[in-house]
Amino acid sequence: MSRYRPPEQSKAGQVFDIVVVVVAIFVALWLPLKLGLAGAAKSIDALDAKTWEALGQNPTMASIWEKLGYTPETAHDIIQNRFHYIIDWPTLIIMAAVLIGYFVFLFRASDREYRDVINEKFDDK
Amino acid sequence: MTVAVETAGAATNGDRVSLLRVLGPAHVWALGVGIVLVGEFTGWNFSADKGGALAALIVCWIVGLLYTSVAMIDSEVTSTVAAAGGQYAQAKHIVGPLMAFNVALFLVFAYTMLEVSDAILLGDTIVAKAGVEGLTHNSFIAATIVVLAWLNYRGVLMTLNVNFIITAIAYVSIVILFFSVTPWTQGAVLKLNELVTPGNALPYGWIGVIAAFQFGIWYYLGIEGTTQAAEEVRSPARSLPYGTMAGMITLLIAAAMTWYVCASMMPWEYLGITYYPLWDAGKLTGSPLLENLLFIATLLAALASANGCINDAARAWFSLGRDRYLPSWFSAVHPKYRTPYRSILFLLPIALAFAFIADLNQAITFSILSGVLQYTFMSINIVMFRKKWPLGSIRRGYTHPFHPLPAIVLFCLCVVTFFAIFLGFGSQLIAMVAFYFLISLWFHFYRYKFVRRGDQFTMPWPKPQGY
Repeated sequence: MSRYRPPEQSKAGQVFDIVVVVVAIFVALWLPLKLGLAGAAKSIDALDAKTWEALGQNPTMASIWEKLGYTPETAHDIIQNRFHYIIDWPTLIIMAAVLIGYFVFLFRASDREYRDVINEKFDDK
Repeated sequence: MTVAVETAGAATNGDRVSLLRVLGPAHVWALGVGIVLVGEFTGWNFSADKGGALAALIVCWIVGLLYTSVAMIDSEVTSTVAAAGGQYAQAKHIVGPLMAFNVALFLVFAYTMLEVSDAILLGDTIVAKAGVEGLTHNSFIAATIVVLAWLNYRGVLMTLNVNFIITAIAYVSIVILFFSVTPWTQGAVLKLNELVTPGNALPYGWIGVIAAFQFGIWYYLGIEGTTQAAEEVRSPARSLPYGTMAGMITLLIAAAMTWYVCASMMPWEYLGITYYPLWDAGKLTGSPLLENLLFIATLLAALASANGCINDAARAWFSLGRDRYLPSWFSAVHPKYRTPYRSILFLLPIALAFAFIADLNQAITFSILSGVLQYTFMSINIVMFRKKWPLGSIRRGYTHPFHPLPAIVLFCLCVVTFFAIFLGFGSQLIAMVAFYFLISLWFHFYRYKFVRRGDQFTMPWPKPQGY
């Protein structure tokens, strides 16, 4: 097998590639933050009676909250801020399909590249 | 701890300057535990928010099993593929270039976002301690990231010596707290029976336990970073498995002690939202000594972790440049300090930018996402490794037992963790995978043309079976 000779990359090309990678990193990480997509759905299940008892706190728990500087009023939004786990099946199926598709592509494309590497490495000998 | 002597010039390879082989098992331990230990000081407790205090304990054990599998698998592959870049070098030799490119990005993202989380924690902890109105964490975050980058720029041996000392102090503080609260007696300081009751142990039921996996990962995330030092360790076949497994045992003990003390001192609703569970535990003992000790330990743990993360992320990025997967400009080694200085400097502004735009919870999730993608790769990678080079065909520094059980356990737990992430950050997961997919297309169809083919395979192994 003939040895592959990669083209030399110009300085401008190298700078361009660095910019592409940096932009891609920022878009991938920053965009979900900007669009408010990051973070689980939590909401406050408000109670009318704001007492330790109504908040489901026994005397030991209440004494620790107070030691930490909280009153039933200030602790209310922490204690009653709850997750509401709902399985959104279409989103779950999309996520699974994206993940499986990604890994299948990765392994198949990698294998094609790997065969070239192995052929060149071992057929040269 | 063995302190090696840096010998300038001893590591030159022809006219090419290479990384120095100066590290021993203690440095490997310090790198792994140093990165991870901050997870006991913050992050793991968000799993209590997701599923309750008992869920946090269940995931502590189950995720411990996941990471034990990671450590076992990693020790075998790394003790055989001893090259900078760790899992990147493994992927390059076992799966292929595109996978290696992706794994390196997983590493860089996981470690850079972990570094960001550490800096945010450090800044917030100082601000909380100071209690000065108007004081923000920004200057502390910037100072942390810049000073640690400088330390990494100056040399790996100094960096990891510092890590060894501050990690040991942070770890000892957990042990001191544990014994100070007389863990063998309940009712005096610890009140587990009154805080974790049958009524509140699993407030969301078993779905909460699964959701808690997302932050359960934080108990141990980064232990696999030990492999990044493979090219700078004097005896990789001995030091890497020894340092990694010792690190994992250390962390399992620390995680169990941390849960027991914190769950016995704070209601789960508070435990789930605080940024500093161990420091809070120190405060609740009523001892100023313990409070201050845990405050300092929180800072040290964050520093050690950020320090190790800069080290690891830079080496993964450096490896990409060296193989021309990214512009070769990144592969420069500093002529005096022998560090991948351009990679260190390049990642510095990225870390700074995200430290200012993401909050702690989000930065942790970014890191976890890339970590879990990497562990999924590792579970498949070890099966391919054993298939392509069966036992006896090449010399392995360490052979992990019960194969393929650890790989199957690891893969199954990764699937559960993906589901857990879906319950809270599904859109983010899809966005990140879409990014990896698009950048993979860019690499496969454009960038790979600049890569030399046969030169990527550097191990003195026979041809893999099936090729």
